[in-house]
Amino acid sequence: MTVAIVGAAETTELGKIPGMSQIQLHADAALNTLADAGLKAKDIDGVATAGESPVNVAHYLGIAPRWVDGSSVGGCSFMLHVRHAAAAIEAGYADTVLVTHGESGRSGVGRGGGGGGGGSLLAQFEGPYGSMGPTTMFTIGVLRYMKQYGMTHEQLAMVAVVQREWAGMNPRASYRDPITVDDVLNSRMIAYPFHLLECCLVTDGGGALILTSAERAADFPNKPVYILGSGESVETPMVSQMKDLTSSQAFRIAGGEAMRSARINHGDVDHMMVYDAFAHLPIWGLEDLGFCARGEAPGFIEDGNTRPGGALPLNTNGGGLSYMHSGMYGMYALQESVRQMRGTAPAQVPGAAVSLCLGVGGMFAASGCIVMGNELP
Amino acid sequence: MADSLGKRPRPLPRPTPETRHFWDGTKAGELRLQRCNDCGHVYLPPRPLCPACSSRNVDVFTASGKGKLLSYVINHRPHPSFDGPYAIAVVELDEGPTMLSNIVDCDQTPDALVLDMPLEVTFEDNGDIAIPLFRPRESQS
Repeated sequence: MTVAIVGAAETTELGKIPGMSQIQLHADAALNTLADAGLKAKDIDGVATAGESPVNVAHYLGIAPRWVDGSSVGGCSFMLHVRHAAAAIEAGYADTVLVTHGESGRSGVGRGGGGGGGGSLLAQFEGPYGSMGPTTMFTIGVLRYMKQYGMTHEQLAMVAVVQREWAGMNPRASYRDPITVDDVLNSRMIAYPFHLLECCLVTDGGGALILTSAERAADFPNKPVYILGSGESVETPMVSQMKDLTSSQAFRIAGGEAMRSARINHGDVDHMMVYDAFAHLPIWGLEDLGFCARGEAPGFIEDGNTRPGGALPLNTNGGGLSYMHSGMYGMYALQESVRQMRGTAPAQVPGAAVSLCLGVGGMFAASGCIVMGNELP
Repeated sequence: MADSLGKRPRPLPRPTPETRHFWDGTKAGELRLQRCNDCGHVYLPPRPLCPACSSRNVDVFTASGKGKLLSYVINHRPHPSFDGPYAIAVVELDEGPTMLSNIVDCDQTPDALVLDMPLEVTFEDNGDIAIPLFRPRESQS
């Protein structure tokens, strides 16, 4: 397949532009390029950028991508983006990719600035209100979910209880002693409605992966685990700007793409990991990927479907709530999927042949999803 | 809000060119949103383009300042700018956009903070910057 560049433009002005923030420069260049190609932002399904987060660029322009590249290696990042984009288009990961650059290098308008004070939209529109980071922002949609679907505090606590059962089977898990719903609800309040035991651990650790072609895979000492499919997306840098506080658009797109590219149905998934920074994440993941109808995941978990021996074993290492959480937990979720597919997990799911691993980035800002299998597709 | 503020002022925004109208508005006692002249979409936070249709043909207008409580958490961990447990809320404006804020003139408890309760904007003066906050309002107004 040959890939071509079909739109190209610079910002309307160049030189000294004190009247535009850095993200505005990205947007101005993007709109000029879209016009050059005769497209609108809604025609774009892949976003790549460096210097700004691709989350910021996608949300600012109103793009819901199914392919994202934030590779940031300095001034040549955009060459990498073009290369990655060509590969993505060949692979069918995206049809129409927008690569943007914008930099308020002279005027320094709207550069950087995270949570507290500063010029980014996040700093301006969420920073002033006493955010404590993930404990207050990741969790902010849960009361709305409770009102909309009738989830109880006990059902939310049950997520932590079930994952502790899995952790009890994992010698390397940080917390292994069984807990009850009452233990969870009596633990210290962190950010109502979240108690301590419904929040992830804060631990140290690491992990790594090596990938190669399936043809070479037989030459290595361990059983190969095959990548059957994958997906990615971003929604918004600000949790308050989610289109629906009770559902993650990034989960829906990344998960849907992963299952589509793996050519699997829900019934094919034997084992599942959902990045659980907080107890509601598995609920969002099960519903956004279609394993449960909207509002039904709390009951699905309460009924024991995700616990040891259940129909859909989930977060079998104990998860971020009980196994470990160093801050960027996604690597540990992937490691557990690999162990399950190798057949070497401490809490091995008998006969598991397909594992789905759903990650989250930021606070529902981004998602990546990998489907693994223990046999060549 | 002054009585619920701790010793240090809340982290304040640094306006950028595309958000200046919003912060000029809060200083003038107005909550300003943007509307697309091509497709009618109303949005926040400020941008010089419509996130629904990519048009640059957008205007600023003054919103009603009315909304409802969409969701919230009550933070129990210490924050240098706040005393005691305090709510961080997502407010859905009558015009459609959502925004993060704090709820004032109201107990910071689950019993007092009822989802979908009607709210109205109020502005906290912080010198050069006024921060939009929300307080309960009578539903008939």
